Amino acid sequence: MKSSAISWTWFHKLGSPKWFYAISGRMLPWLAVAAVLLIGIGVIWGLAFAPQDYQQGNSFRIIYIHVPAAMLAQSCYVMLAVAGVVGLVWKMKIADVALQCAAPIGAWMTAVALVTGAIWGKPTWGSWWVWDARLTSMLILLFLYFGLIALGQAISNRESAAKACAVLAIVGVINIPIIKYSVEWWNTLHQGATFTLTEKPAMPAEMWLPLLLTVLGFYCFFGAVLLLRMRLEVLKREARASWVREEVLNSLGREMAR
Amino acid sequence: MSFASFGDFLAMGHHGLYVWSAYGICLLVLAVNVASPVLARRRYLQEEARRLRRENNQ
Repeated sequence: MKSSAISWTWFHKLGSPKWFYAISGRMLPWLAVAAVLLIGIGVIWGLAFAPQDYQQGNSFRIIYIHVPAAMLAQSCYVMLAVAGVVGLVWKMKIADVALQCAAPIGAWMTAVALVTGAIWGKPTWGSWWVWDARLTSMLILLFLYFGLIALGQAISNRESAAKACAVLAIVGVINIPIIKYSVEWWNTLHQGATFTLTEKPAMPAEMWLPLLLTVLGFYCFFGAVLLLRMRLEVLKREARASWVREEVLNSLGREMAR
Repeated sequence: MSFASFGDFLAMGHHGLYVWSAYGICLLVLAVNVASPVLARRRYLQEEARRLRRENNQ
């Protein structure tokens, strides 16, 4: 019994706002630097050095932002559902903070994927938008994000809002496999996945390596922005705790000194 | 380098408008996502500073 108690301490620590605030403050600069480097190198490499596509010409270079944004949009939603389960089962308050703070970032990423996809679709398919399975399921994802954001703001009782959002996040996750397999289940204009775990990418390495960099960079970017948002939300929610007062006073001193 | 000149790079082989508008919009969204929590934090700290000053004056 004792050993299992020890192995779970990290999980309960994770639920402690004070511990979260300290550890996230240490992680933030690393994530930010990694995001800037990975996205910077990946985008310059993809825009200027990767060879052009033999069919699509240079318009394919939109892939270096379109695919990372779309992958992140879906991963973010899965993360919301996991946070929802953690919040409902273990009543962990930090899970609701994560859910509320990640939803707007996910919505932005879905919007970027849709807009860059439309801009890419015009020269490639000859149309900004088609009511195709992949595009429609991504649009539904955007509406799910809007629903979550609206629900979180509409209910003034924090605990009820957390429960309602957790349930919506968990139910909505059914859309994720639909997005993923939409290009295989239905006839579609949209091309298949560039990265799969089982096969090598169909494009040459100098095309997919920069894509790998921007994908990783977008994940680091998401981590950094999520931590920024969550840290502020923790300060607001725990405003009466003594460590928060201390932290606010410290930050005030630093801000005034500038 | 996959382009012969900087002009070619900007033109992106007749797709310049598409490529650069997509990248521009993406950059704008990323910038908004970074700026909004940073500004919100600064605003919150300023509010707290004002509240503390008021409480001290009483």
